[in-house]
Amino acid sequence: MNPSHSVSPHRLRVEDLTVVPPRHIGLWVATALVLALLAMLFWAVGTNAAFDWPAVGKYLFHRSILRGVLNTLLLTVTIMVFATIIGTVMAIMRLSPSRILRTFANAYIWFFRGAPALIQLIFWFNLAIIMPQITLSLPGIGTLFSARTNDVMTPFLTAVVALSLHEAGYMAEIIRAGITSVPAGQTEAASTLGMARGRILRRIVLPQAMRFIVPPTGNEAINLMKATSLVSVIAVDDLLYSAQTIYARTFETIPLLIVVAFWYLAMVTIMSIGQHFLELHFNRSDSGGGGGGFRAALRQAFSLSRGRRA
Amino acid sequence: MTTDREQDFHVPENTMVYARGVRKSFGKVEVLKGVDLKVPTGSVACIIGPSGSGKSTFLRCINHLEDISGGLLLVEDKFVGYDLVDGRLHVVRPAELCRRRADIGMVFQNFNLFGHMTALENLMEAPIQVRGQSRAEARERGMALLERVGLAHKADAWPRQLSGGQQQRVAIARALAMDPKLLLFDEPTSALDPELVGEVLAVMRDLAQSGITMIVVTHEIGFAREVGDQLIFMDGGVVEEAGDPREMLRDARSERTRAFLSHVL
Repeated sequence: MNPSHSVSPHRLRVEDLTVVPPRHIGLWVATALVLALLAMLFWAVGTNAAFDWPAVGKYLFHRSILRGVLNTLLLTVTIMVFATIIGTVMAIMRLSPSRILRTFANAYIWFFRGAPALIQLIFWFNLAIIMPQITLSLPGIGTLFSARTNDVMTPFLTAVVALSLHEAGYMAEIIRAGITSVPAGQTEAASTLGMARGRILRRIVLPQAMRFIVPPTGNEAINLMKATSLVSVIAVDDLLYSAQTIYARTFETIPLLIVVAFWYLAMVTIMSIGQHFLELHFNRSDSGGGGGGFRAALRQAFSLSRGRRA
Repeated sequence: MTTDREQDFHVPENTMVYARGVRKSFGKVEVLKGVDLKVPTGSVACIIGPSGSGKSTFLRCINHLEDISGGLLLVEDKFVGYDLVDGRLHVVRPAELCRRRADIGMVFQNFNLFGHMTALENLMEAPIQVRGQSRAEARERGMALLERVGLAHKADAWPRQLSGGQQQRVAIARALAMDPKLLLFDEPTSALDPELVGEVLAVMRDLAQSGITMIVVTHEIGFAREVGDQLIFMDGGVVEEAGDPREMLRDARSERTRAFLSHVL
């Protein structure tokens, strides 16, 4: 039987046609399951005495924990700055016409990116075994500087040196990819206007490379911040080490690990938000809206999120 | 003759670009096989020819975007990328190359506007960075030039928000912002949708009447006929024929020129 015969064409009007949304039974079942699992998880965490939530509250803003947070931030920022500088130099060397410079940069990246961070860290910590004295002397002038390696290489400096060299290997690749993503025509156009090489790199190429450099660099910074917890093995009092020092004494291991996780998550969240605004800033030529820096990016961020929800 | 100077090559007076026997190879491939050419100051020369004939390469040699493998290529009686000392060509220092290039504007097939700058900022960048103009000065000059190419209302637009024709007009204004004595156009309308070609040609026509020396690599025969003082047909890395555009289009001497023109007309 043809269904179109059962309805008179005179009574069915085009304007009355409506769409019935399909029912997603599977979706409902899955949602219910997830909610049940979450409830069970919260129940288990809330009622298990080992989590000791009052202890978490007690240590969340503990002095040595806050000092650990500060040290972790300081390490992350310092290492990131040095890694970016060394990485930029390595990236430019990789793009150099000189084969020797290219090979050197490749070897650097291969070694420092390839060897595990923890091993590099312990290696630099034991530098004094290879080189008990650090001496800088120039022929004809004599010794300018000499000191015992263990006096110079404090745990903090060791951590900065080891992790900067390691991180620079990653940054070099990110920056190189960013630079090569800018079309050669940009450089050509700038040089026909009489701009010199260094100025072209600074004014034309790098600003445009930033939109390709910022997102992976944000990821690197987040990874690095978490990776700085490795320095607890060489007794730098970062966030993790501060917590370890406390629970070694009080045996409140789980609450303190929760405190540490809380602070790492808090810092990662803030960094992600910062990264979001940086990306908006460097993508502003794409998304329209007149020129004008950070404030415009902010304004745009809010109009964008509103637009998505509508 | 004690020292060699460019003047000793007997370049005719009032010549902006003078080429004799210009050769250029990429590896083993010889792209330019001895280009001879003379562009008088204040004139418009249009270069046509099949793809692979070397016309774009020659244009890029004029402002030393490509170095030459041999021959004489002078802009206002001087090499752009070299200094002639005792019969040998020495590559000039980068700063000096920049100084000489600043006087030679170039407009590209793909516009190459700086993507992270607005239209006006594109025009202000080189005058500030290279010529040392103040921001206010560069802005005023930039706005006047945008006005001239009919895009003053797009001053704050990003390149991506402009049509191809608008981008190319901004690119022309950007080149003009440096007050060049010579403007090179590398197929300026080839990347444009057909309906946008006219607006760019109109700007170029206006420029030609202002008396600036222009060398235009193009497929727009109509433009060459109307505006060009000289039509140059390149084929196989040499200038096959050069002369008055209207005469050449009516009655070309060379068989190859006639064959090419019959395809494009």
